[in-house]
Amino acid sequence: MQFGKKERETVLDPLFNNNPIALQVLGICSALAVTTKMETAFVMCLAVIAVTTCSSLVVSLLRNNIPPSIRIIVQLSVIATFVILTDQILKAYLFEISKQLSVFVGLIITNCIVMGRAEGYAMQNGPYMSALDGFGNGVGYSLVLMVVAFFRELFGSGTLFGMTILAPATSGGWYTTNGLMVLSPGAFFLIGFFIWAVRTWKPEQIEES
Amino acid sequence: MIEHHLSIFTTSAFIENMALAFFLGMCTFLGCSKKVDAAFGLGCAVIFVLAITVPLNNAIYTMFLAPGAMSWISADFAAVDLSFLSFLTFIGTIAAMVQIVEMVLDRFVPALYAALGIFLPLIAVNCAILGASLFMVERDYNFAESVTFGLGSGVGWLLAITALAAIREKMRYSNVPPGLRGLGITFLLTGWMAIGFMAFSGIQL
Repeated sequence: MQFGKKERETVLDPLFNNNPIALQVLGICSALAVTTKMETAFVMCLAVIAVTTCSSLVVSLLRNNIPPSIRIIVQLSVIATFVILTDQILKAYLFEISKQLSVFVGLIITNCIVMGRAEGYAMQNGPYMSALDGFGNGVGYSLVLMVVAFFRELFGSGTLFGMTILAPATSGGWYTTNGLMVLSPGAFFLIGFFIWAVRTWKPEQIEES
Repeated sequence: MIEHHLSIFTTSAFIENMALAFFLGMCTFLGCSKKVDAAFGLGCAVIFVLAITVPLNNAIYTMFLAPGAMSWISADFAAVDLSFLSFLTFIGTIAAMVQIVEMVLDRFVPALYAALGIFLPLIAVNCAILGASLFMVERDYNFAESVTFGLGSGVGWLLAITALAAIREKMRYSNVPPGLRGLGITFLLTGWMAIGFMAFSGIQL
């Protein structure tokens, strides 16, 4: 189990050069609704990283025994099993947060990142590299999620991880909270601007349209 | 009774629109919204699948998975709680249903199959479909309500994706800053559409 240049690239590439959200348009579905607070977003990120790493590993271990015609349903079952495990662990140890995440933990199953990595990478590569790839993509996804949650919580409620940073006017402070950030459009705008920023920094990602 | 169902329908189609309020089905929403025809076809397929799978999952949940649901088989099962299996069961039902619908359409309604065919496998992994089933459990809908809810959220999703595709067709003639081209501007557009749909939130039936 060496960790050389190739392994490092597999983990780091999905962060900026090939970010699953900004470039591959994957996995936006289940995630944006949990980014109003950093705490819930953080737990969601951990859950997604755990599920992508484990399911890529297991799919890769099974890859030579999966008949191509039923591979989607096999991948879905593997992913669903890990999501159930994650959900049960969250319910047991972090019940409050698991209530706030509501259906979105279950929706990790249909999160396109997990499926996409299982189908696109783990089916062709060995277990160790697949686990690293799953981990890297999970972290790349988490990066976007945490950036969005940072701005939404800071400007939407004036707090970070529940600690007051900008004292909101409703409780006698000076900061008038920006309600748009808490609502769903705020997340779309932030992701749009995030993509704009990444593509200005790395112009080779600009699409022809 | 009618009012109650009408209220569920409008809530799921407009106020709590799957795509614009809950971000569900976003991957296909952004990926397949370049052309109005394709978007409309995909939207119809989503309505179709939602209207079938949500009530079906509701039936499975109330008869087998909910705590104590299996007491109708034998009193011994009254204490069994299989609700932790719901994710696996729902996604299995959805994948199987999509496959069956595809085969039935191919055999009996080839015209509709030709129109929807390519989109059907895509939506097996659409978050909106699984999301609707999970919301159905969370909100304790009964069978009739889940039919309305499935239809309503499908219609809402169709409206959203067709509108976005229409805007994107017009956008082709606009001069967008290079870094925003494609995905970036689509996110901003979706944000503005979400604001537009928020105007519905005052509606009370």
